[in-house]
Amino acid sequence: MATIRVDPALVEEATGLARQIVLDVKEHIDAHTTTSVERACCRLLDIDGVDDQGVPLPNVVVESVAQAGRLGRGITYWLANASLATGEEPAQLAQECAAGRLDLLRLPSHRPEEVLAAGRRMAARAVEALLALRNQREELAARLGSGPRPWLYVIVATGNIHEDVLQAQAAVAQGADIIAVIRSTGQSLLDYVPHGPTTEGFGGTYATRANFRIMRQALDECGEKHGRYIRLVNYCSGLCMPEIAALGALERLDVMLNDAMYGILFRDINMKRTLVDQFFSRMINGFAGTIINTGEDNYLTTDDAVRAHHTVLASQFINLEFARLSGIPDHQVGLGHAFQVDPATEDAFLYELAMASLVRAVFPDCPIKFMPPTKYKTGDIFRAGVLDTLFNLVSVATGQDIHLLGMATEAIHTPYLQDRYLAISQARLVMNAGRHLFRELEFAAGGAIEARARAVLEQAVQLLRELADLGLMAGLEQGLFAQVRRRRDGGKGLDGVVRREDGYFNPFVEYMLGERGV
Amino acid sequence: MKVAGDGLVRPYGDTLGDGRMQLSFALPLPAGDQAREVARALLQQLGLEDIQVVATDDAGASFAFIVAYARCRQGVDPSRVRVVRATAPDMTFEEVNAYIARELGRKMVVVGAATGTDAHTVGLDAIMNMKGFAGSYGLERYPEIDAHNLGSQVPNETLVAHLVQLGADAVLVSQVVTQKNVHLPNLTRLIELLEAEGIRDRVVAVCGGPRISHELALELGYDAGFGAGTLPSQVASFLAREVVKRTQKTRTGR
Repeated sequence: MATIRVDPALVEEATGLARQIVLDVKEHIDAHTTTSVERACCRLLDIDGVDDQGVPLPNVVVESVAQAGRLGRGITYWLANASLATGEEPAQLAQECAAGRLDLLRLPSHRPEEVLAAGRRMAARAVEALLALRNQREELAARLGSGPRPWLYVIVATGNIHEDVLQAQAAVAQGADIIAVIRSTGQSLLDYVPHGPTTEGFGGTYATRANFRIMRQALDECGEKHGRYIRLVNYCSGLCMPEIAALGALERLDVMLNDAMYGILFRDINMKRTLVDQFFSRMINGFAGTIINTGEDNYLTTDDAVRAHHTVLASQFINLEFARLSGIPDHQVGLGHAFQVDPATEDAFLYELAMASLVRAVFPDCPIKFMPPTKYKTGDIFRAGVLDTLFNLVSVATGQDIHLLGMATEAIHTPYLQDRYLAISQARLVMNAGRHLFRELEFAAGGAIEARARAVLEQAVQLLRELADLGLMAGLEQGLFAQVRRRRDGGKGLDGVVRREDGYFNPFVEYMLGERGV
Repeated sequence: MKVAGDGLVRPYGDTLGDGRMQLSFALPLPAGDQAREVARALLQQLGLEDIQVVATDDAGASFAFIVAYARCRQGVDPSRVRVVRATAPDMTFEEVNAYIARELGRKMVVVGAATGTDAHTVGLDAIMNMKGFAGSYGLERYPEIDAHNLGSQVPNETLVAHLVQLGADAVLVSQVVTQKNVHLPNLTRLIELLEAEGIRDRVVAVCGGPRISHELALELGYDAGFGAGTLPSQVASFLAREVVKRTQKTRTGR
């Protein structure tokens, strides 16, 4: 492996600081739940469908309790009590609520011990179902095998799930290992998950359970045909992080974008909301065996890469600690970064090699996700092909794991079939030609690449020190990341944050985190 | 300008007027002889000549990727082409600041946002952020411009409220997402709101994005449109002149 020398003392300090930064907001996380966390519990308890107004049943059920001011007890508590009172399962209870025939809060109260026992039984069944899906993935991946790393990751985004399937099938035939169905623009700001298969979207296709299932089935068929397990990606970001994680787990999605701070910085979602949501969302991802991908690549779209590489690294330390807090093992934490140095910079390639090697060396057990150049693509598709070739070479030479392919037509349109074909075939050419280059590469001691990597790590530690002093929320208010400032009571979704009552009940935390969650 | 003997401009390969072009596209056919001949027939229908289909690759799932070279006979008389562009002659960073200080006598207030569901801010940031784009400083760096970047996914109503509150002289709207032309009604809606608020005459409205042309912007009711590759100084120059023009009109009117 082309390992770059990094100072283990600095890495250790950074890890400790990140741990401190994360633990500093744990009290907030432990004291609150959100409407979206509780809706995710509904999803896991098999509540699905919509009412006659098209409102998803998890929203109907959770809103009814939230409006009465009793969501702080946990929706599972009320569902379990109702189940004891009526003998019905959560799915039927939700139907009754939607029809106006049942109010969860106006049923005879059973003794709390009984309610908790009933809630745990309901949750245990849900958890068993997730474990079965996780085993199924492991069996399929073992039988079919996977492509060589870096895995080639492409996006489909037609707006129509059936058209997406066709594009995905072509991409898999060309050599793609991972298919992401990018979401319709604006979905991250919806405080519900749309229902059913969809054929209209803007800049992408809505994330719905039915769409997940359609693509999952298509990719399983493709995997059998081409003899390798094809991984499916969707996006947990936004106001519905926990619900999307639940649906992803139920439909065996393999990879989910899940960044602890992305929604706050780039979607102006309230930080108190996101911190609670990401914790529960990631807990489900971790338990379901899903690989998460973090979004540090985004920092370099608003900030300059040479100036801001250290913010990427600092954020990766924080994202990793948040993931560990949610019980995700390192081998499921796909920390993200990107190839975004201005190509007009002399030695731009050296900066990229330094950063990619550094990230690889600092997080040896994480499946690193490398994002392509986008910022300096101008519409000249031939020049873009050269940039992507440099990107492909850095990726294979530094042992990255998940490689999102650059598109020559970036900034022109969502990829056409031929754009994806060219991207995949060119990446395969480069990566095949350089497959074992990483075993041969060494960086000159005291040379420019090593010095750059050291400088980035030192700056990252410095930033983490500042943030540890300030606290995460104050740091976000002062714009320490991506030059974006967010107020702790600003942004979207604060109204969905609910203080937990004494006796808050969420059996999923108990099952999924075990000792740590209690 | 190099034109052939007939005064028309044609694509250039290696000889003036040879009309050589490169083309590539995918066909929903398996790669092979049939796909190659279909591609050739298609290019013939386009009126191209000397067609060489140089690559017919398997693009998976029974699609063929085609690369072809051909010659076109048609040409264009450049004097008959109309170019609509938002260009007053550009001023430099220093010139813009001096111009605003001299002609307006106060800071020019500019508000920028990516509106509607659009989450892309690369273009807006390139124009607004301190650092700017391609060596040209962003509007935030101009001492004589009071620049407010509201970021992405700003509802039109919120943007208009900010314009009123800040007493904005100009608004910059960035629209990147163009699938199924979602940007068009969104852009039009802002103009309608400005009119409803009675501030359309007072606020210079400009839109930008990779698929926005000046001509399109004018059609949608904007004062200018800026496409890919626009420098912040070009936008600043246009805004400064236009804002000054309006304030002078208002003064004369009184």
